Amino acid sequence: MMQETISFTPQLAASPIAGLLWLIPALPMVASGVIALLKQPRRKISATLSIGSLSFSLLLSLVAFGHVLAGWSHGAAVRETVNFTWIQFGSVHVDLGWVLDPLSAVMLVMVSLVGLLIFIYSVGYMEHYENFTRFFCFMSLFAGAMLGVVIANSLLLLFMCWEIVGLTSYLLIGFWYQKPAAAAAAKKAFITTRVGDIFFLLGIVWLFAQTGTLLFYNGGAGSLEAGALSGLLAQPAALGLTAAGAIGLLIFAGAAGKSGQLPLHVWLPDAMEGPMPVSALIHAATMVAAGVYLIARVYPLMQAGALTGGTTAALTVVTWVGAATAVFAALIAVAQNDIKRILAYSTISQLGYMMAGLGMGGVAVGMFHLITHAFFKSLLFLGAGSVIHGCHGEQDIRKMGGLRSDMPLTFATYAVGMLALCGFPLFFSGFWSKDGILEAALHWSVARTPLYLLVFGALLTAFYMTRQVAYVFFGYWRGSKPADESPAVMTLPLVILAGFAMGLGFIGTPAWPWFSGFLESRAVVFNLHGFLEPGLLALMGISTLIVFLGLGLGLMLYGGQSPKPEEPDVLEQAAPVVWGWLRDRLYVDELYGVTVIAFYAWWGRVADWLDRRVWGGAVTGVAWVFRGWAQFNRLLDLNWVDGGFDKGCEELASGGGLLSRVQTGRVQTYLKILALAVALLAAILIWSSRA
Amino acid sequence: MTPLAGFLLVAALLFSIGLAGALTRRNAILVLIGIELMLNAANLNLIAFWRYGPHPEALTGMMFAIFSIAVAAAEAAVGLGLVIHLHRHAHTTDLDAMNRMRG
Repeated sequence: MMQETISFTPQLAASPIAGLLWLIPALPMVASGVIALLKQPRRKISATLSIGSLSFSLLLSLVAFGHVLAGWSHGAAVRETVNFTWIQFGSVHVDLGWVLDPLSAVMLVMVSLVGLLIFIYSVGYMEHYENFTRFFCFMSLFAGAMLGVVIANSLLLLFMCWEIVGLTSYLLIGFWYQKPAAAAAAKKAFITTRVGDIFFLLGIVWLFAQTGTLLFYNGGAGSLEAGALSGLLAQPAALGLTAAGAIGLLIFAGAAGKSGQLPLHVWLPDAMEGPMPVSALIHAATMVAAGVYLIARVYPLMQAGALTGGTTAALTVVTWVGAATAVFAALIAVAQNDIKRILAYSTISQLGYMMAGLGMGGVAVGMFHLITHAFFKSLLFLGAGSVIHGCHGEQDIRKMGGLRSDMPLTFATYAVGMLALCGFPLFFSGFWSKDGILEAALHWSVARTPLYLLVFGALLTAFYMTRQVAYVFFGYWRGSKPADESPAVMTLPLVILAGFAMGLGFIGTPAWPWFSGFLESRAVVFNLHGFLEPGLLALMGISTLIVFLGLGLGLMLYGGQSPKPEEPDVLEQAAPVVWGWLRDRLYVDELYGVTVIAFYAWWGRVADWLDRRVWGGAVTGVAWVFRGWAQFNRLLDLNWVDGGFDKGCEELASGGGLLSRVQTGRVQTYLKILALAVALLAAILIWSSRA
Repeated sequence: MTPLAGFLLVAALLFSIGLAGALTRRNAILVLIGIELMLNAANLNLIAFWRYGPHPEALTGMMFAIFSIAVAAAEAAVGLGLVIHLHRHAHTTDLDAMNRMRG
């Protein structure tokens, strides 16, 4: 049977914008391809192409978002899919497709908006660096693939884009590949996420084997719809899990790799070797959130089998891993001195919050924190980039200081981001999204520990961010060359992001839970009684107290007098041993070094030995046999074949010698022979004529 | 005995004398003279066969003989040139000394 190529046959009636949804990822990808063909000095064209294509994507995303919004305000749960068959083998066919629903619409707007702002910022940040076009080529490819992840309605399409995203992450972490640390970090990121992706792929294959489709939604026949889920629930897997739970856990392993969850978080801090816009876009706002988005996307699968208000094994694992990661990374962040590393560990910690939010509160809780975090964390990263740019490449916070007056705009926006991250009450988005997670933890039926962990994490977050801001912006300047403010192309995105970091909170307050209503497709009214749920006000009060406690502790320890770079940290003086553990990142890398990496090194030596001794021995043996055979042939040739040939030559030569006697050189002898021969011929002639 | 046979006998005699001279003499010049004798014996045969042949009016034998004489003259010139060169080179005209062409 002839293999079918891609054929566009939408199986569901979709609105025009849903039909055009593929353009959103395609535009940046095409731009990336065009930029790849440009020469190095064509900076302006490449930046224009990237920013222009992403602007169009943002425009289309806004239209798509508006479409979903309009549908929602008319009381419809919009979920439009466009599916098509990609490959057909006999009766089995693999389908791809894209989906437009509230979840993908929100993510589309977030990714393209944050991406666009970071692209604009990059024009200023990368101004003095080489390989400007290559940078925008990779960034565009990343943006396209990330938008592809967002719109995918097929786990396979999602996985493809997921891998392209991983590839661009690798390429961009190693963007300054001349630096050995960057090259090593790129490899580490790629390999570590690969560990998670193997499990993810297993989950995909298992899901396909069980349900026969990888589409999420397909008019009742998709893998996330009731029919497939009940089949998955009926199928038992090992350890008391159903197939649904086991597949959910496998997919979560992939998400944990991408989103830097314990124990696969080790690559994310090292990934900060890349340029700052990369850290902001890929390793803070979007790509690392892809894991969270993935869990949100397959949430029906994760949740399958749960009774009302209950939870499932998969979600419990998600919760525990998320909560543990949140505290673990926040602890390490306290003792770091690199401005980017602090933010990296903070990102890991916040991703833990999102996972925990997904596990305990559902899609809306986790996604709300994802969206707010994307804005304030990219703001923080870009602000840190502006600081590094202003400090001429310095990244150690102990060698900064007093930047409040040197870089006022950067300071103001950074402070907004920092307060949002800490969860400063009321006016900052982080407060509302974090509060949603804590509230979900409060009502979680399984255990109370995640709540305590997350509250402790919030305290640590407020503390380490205050420490960082105190080191960087307060006190006096401790560097060599004085710092100066960054250009407008860099500060303008900061201001816009700061606006979002403050304003976004108001779409998810308990009084007006617009965001969760939008995602879950139910009506929302403004109602101050939302605050009156049992325990909610108390929780908000406690979390406010915690934040103030963290801020106060930080200010008390670091704010009063400017910390000196040469002296040990205040906490280090108090508890040098614990500080050492935290500074050395709780020895996770070392643990991997003596376990996994040591095992692979040992296994590599075993393989090397096998290769040299066993397989190499076999090959050498065969080679010896053939050498022996060749020697034998050589002897045969020399003594037998050559002997015969040489003998023939000798005989010829001696025969020639004999004949050469005739040739005396005397003309008269020749003449005599000639005369004799003629006489003989004449005699024969006469004789024959007589007869 | 026809006149032709007489001519042929004389020519055969002349050839034999020339051959004997060419084979027995050591002196290169005498060998050349013997060769000339043999050539002239052949010329005599050509004339005789023409004169007593079926078309004595066609002058073919005469032409052949004159051609042959011209060739013999050229050959004698070359031969004598060789002998002179030989003499200059080896200070002798003895053919037995000229044995460097042996194999």
